[in-house]
Amino acid sequence: MSTPFYVSPQQAMADRAEYARKGIARGRSLVVLQYADGIVFVGENPSRALHKFSEIYDRIGFAAAGKYNEYENLRIGGVRYADLRGYTYDRDDVTARGLANVYAQTLGTIFSSQAEKPYEVELVVAEVGESADGDQIYRLPHDGSIVDEHGSVAVGGNAEQISGYLDQRHRDDMTLAEALKLAVQALSRDTNGSEREIPAERLEVAVLDRTRPQKRKFKRIVGGQLSRLLDAGSGTSTLADDVEDESDGGEK
Amino acid sequence: MEANTRSNGRLPAAFLTPGSSSFMDFLGEHQPEMLPGNRQLPPVQGVIEAPHGTTIVAVTFPGGVVLAGDRRATMGNMIAQRDIEKVFPADEYSAVGIAGTAGLAVEMVKLFQLELEHFEKVEGAQLSLEGKANRLSTMIRSNLGMAMQGLAVVPLFAGYDVDRGRGRIFSYDVTGGRSEERNFATTGSGSVFARGAMKKLFRDDLTEEQATTLVVQALYDAADDDSATGGPDVARRIYPIITVITEDGFRRLGDDESARLARSVLERRLEQPDGPRAALL
Repeated sequence: MSTPFYVSPQQAMADRAEYARKGIARGRSLVVLQYADGIVFVGENPSRALHKFSEIYDRIGFAAAGKYNEYENLRIGGVRYADLRGYTYDRDDVTARGLANVYAQTLGTIFSSQAEKPYEVELVVAEVGESADGDQIYRLPHDGSIVDEHGSVAVGGNAEQISGYLDQRHRDDMTLAEALKLAVQALSRDTNGSEREIPAERLEVAVLDRTRPQKRKFKRIVGGQLSRLLDAGSGTSTLADDVEDESDGGEK
Repeated sequence: MEANTRSNGRLPAAFLTPGSSSFMDFLGEHQPEMLPGNRQLPPVQGVIEAPHGTTIVAVTFPGGVVLAGDRRATMGNMIAQRDIEKVFPADEYSAVGIAGTAGLAVEMVKLFQLELEHFEKVEGAQLSLEGKANRLSTMIRSNLGMAMQGLAVVPLFAGYDVDRGRGRIFSYDVTGGRSEERNFATTGSGSVFARGAMKKLFRDDLTEEQATTLVVQALYDAADDDSATGGPDVARRIYPIITVITEDGFRRLGDDESARLARSVLERRLEQPDGPRAALL
C-alpha cells in the first residue's frame, strides 16, 4: 500500500476554494438590486430556456452563477423544501432566511466533505417584504458561508468590480427602469474597464414585485415590456450618467 | 415532520435527487405518510358524520368559463357552516369546485394547487389543461378507500385552455373517472335541480354577465329544492362564490358584485318564484 501524501487542511481548503472560484468565474456575472417596488434580478443569458433566475415560493426568488447542472439541482431542492414546508405548516412559514440556511448547510457540507467535489456555484436568495424594510437578500458563496446583503449584490466571476460600481450608484428608491439601466451598465463593464453593448435579447430580467395583486410576486420581464423599460431607463438616464462622469473625473 | 429534520440542516439527499416534476411523487417517495391517500382509516360501523359541501355549477361562454358554488356545509340534517368556500383557484387559468366531505376536499384542493404550482416552478412551464384534469383524476382515485366509507370527494374542474382558446369543464365520479362536459355541468346534492335550470337557460352566445347570472339562477333552483344547498343569505350578507376564468386568467367576483347578482335574481323571484320561463317550443 502506498503512503498517501500529507496535505495540510489549510492547503486542501484553499485548493478546493480556488477550484470552485475558477468554475464560477467562467460564467457571466449577474446582479440583484432593490428598487422602490421590490427586487430586480438582471443577468446576461443567451438562453431563453435555461434560466439563471427563478421563483422558489410566493415572495422568494433565486439567482445563481456558475455551473448550470449544480445550481439547477439546488434550485429544485429549494422548491421542494419550500413547497413541503408550506404544505406541512403554512405558506407564511416559508422564509428566505430558512431557505438560505438550508442552502448554506448544504453547500458547506459539500465543500468540506472530502468525498465530493465542491459545487462551482454562487447563489442569491431574495425575499420581497411588504415594504422595503422587509426585503431580504442573502448571498451564498460556494463554501457555505452566508452574507446578509442590502441594496445591491453581484455574484459571478466579475462580481467584485461590479459590486463596487453598484455600491456607488445604487439608491433604494430607484424606479424599476432606473435600477434596470444601472444593472445593465454595471454588467456591461469588462474586467479591463472597457464597455460593451449587451443587446436586450441576451438579457434575462425578473422581478419580485410587491405591488403585484397575486400572492406569487415573482415575474419574468420579457419582450415588449423589457424593451419599453430599457427605453424608459435610457430616457431618464441623465442622472446615472452624471454620477458616472463624476467618478470618472476622480471625485470618488 | 419538518422538511429538514431528517438530516443535520442540509437538504436531504431526496431533495437533490433528480426525479419527476410532480410534488405528489416527491412526497410519495420522501414522506409517503403525508399523502392523504396513504392514510389508514380504522374500521368503522356505518357512515362517518362529517360536514359535506353541496352544489357546484359551471358554464362556458364564448371567451371563458364560470364556476360557482353555494356556501352551505351540512352534517346530517344540521347546517354545519353557512359561509364555507367550495370554489378555489387551482392556478392562473383554472379553478376547482368541490362537493363531498369538506375536510378531505379542502385538503385535496390544497395538494392539487401545490402540485400545479410545483410543476410550473420546476419545469418553467404550465401543464396543459388536459394534464391538470388528469392529475386531479389521480388524486380522486387515491381517495377511493375513503369514498367507499362515505367520505367521497367529487370535484368539478374548469379552466381556460390557452392552446385552444376556450373554456372547458371536466366532471368526475368517486372512482376518479373523468369526463369533459359540453356547455355546462353540475355536481353535489343539489346538482340535479341546478342542471335542470341550466339546461333551460343555457345558450351558446352568453356574455360573461349573463353566464354569471345563469349560475346564480341555477344555484337558487338547487337551494329551492335541495335542503343541503344554501340560497343567497341576504340577512347575513353571504352570497355564492362566483369565479370567472378567461384569457386574462382567474378572477373571483368581489362580494359586492356577487351581492348585486344575487339580489337582482332574488328581486325577480319575488315576482316569479320559479324563475325565468323558457319557451314551450
